[in-house]
Amino acid sequence: MSTAIPWSVKPHPVTGIPNAKLGIWLFLASEVMLFGALFSSYILIRTGSEQWPMGRTILNIPLATLNTVILITSSVTMVMAWASLKMNQFGKFKLFQTLTILLALGFMVVKAFEYGGKLHHYEVTLVEGSEAADKAGALKITGHIDHATAGNGGAITSWIRSRDDLHDGKISFVADPPAGSHEHPAAIELAAEDMERLTFFGPHRDTFFAVYFTLTGLHGIHVLGGIVVLLYFLLPGSRMWRTDPERFTGRIECTGLYWHFVDLVWIFLFPTLYLL
Amino acid sequence: MSDHPPPAPAEAAVMPHGAEEVRAHLKIYLAVFFALGVLTAITVGIAYLDLPSKNLAIAAAMVIALVKGSLVALYFMHLIKEARVIYWSLALCVVFFAALMALPVLTSMEHL
Repeated sequence: MSTAIPWSVKPHPVTGIPNAKLGIWLFLASEVMLFGALFSSYILIRTGSEQWPMGRTILNIPLATLNTVILITSSVTMVMAWASLKMNQFGKFKLFQTLTILLALGFMVVKAFEYGGKLHHYEVTLVEGSEAADKAGALKITGHIDHATAGNGGAITSWIRSRDDLHDGKISFVADPPAGSHEHPAAIELAAEDMERLTFFGPHRDTFFAVYFTLTGLHGIHVLGGIVVLLYFLLPGSRMWRTDPERFTGRIECTGLYWHFVDLVWIFLFPTLYLL
Repeated sequence: MSDHPPPAPAEAAVMPHGAEEVRAHLKIYLAVFFALGVLTAITVGIAYLDLPSKNLAIAAAMVIALVKGSLVALYFMHLIKEARVIYWSLALCVVFFAALMALPVLTSMEHL
């Protein structure tokens, strides 16, 4: 008795397409619902908020634009990988599949820089009437913790979770330059008692960042999953080309459909989250 | 017993992509790539234009995203020429997606 799944290569007489292709499309339909639910929640949260920041005033647009270009390019290399198999050019398939993986990894590296920038960016809420607040001329200042003057040989982590993480109960803080200027103000010393709240721009910070990390994080997990599948079909999975090329080509087509979907989600995430 | 002939195989209606057909599509893929790049530049450009109306900025960004998404779906995902069963599955998906997008509107209604 054959254990092969029927109609995984040849079109099913009822649907007109192989079962594998119908399967991946139904999976993608469920993915539309997953992201759709999150987009819907985002709209509800945003329209229901009294104020909502413009993404481009907080997020790194050059990095996000670079990632858009990277993902679009990876979609082209993906479709070229599939087209190469259809044209019986296995060598070219390997080239385009490798390029797709490299671009996907590039996307994740850029994303790591983008996330890193947020997780090492702080907002300090100063105690009203404190000397530091008078000096700063504001109760809230954003900026970075200065490693060079942090003391303790720079061993202080910029991931400050509690007052116990502060070296000698204080931090050296470099405020962000004023809008339109690129010159960083000099570092100021802030004692624990001067600070009411010290928080980094993580998902816990506010609703905007909760939405930002949820949506981009889920998308990033999809990119990671795609990398695993792409790698499998580049390396061990590609052996099937020698024994059953038609079936292998079908698998790459399904992989491509998933990958283009990941690109498609980003096409909507980029303007709604970063630009508007 | 029926005398009707068996239905024609459905694959006849959906041409599998042959090598020649794929070769002819390569230029289209590159054209779509170029269009996606240009549309990305326009999206970013419009965002920095500071359009007078926020609704206009949202509409412009959404229209461009829809065009970009359609290009990806139609050409890279080959939806421009696909089996009917996929169109129907996606049509159902679109209905439920539209319902999801309408949910925030429903919450702001006083009554139905």
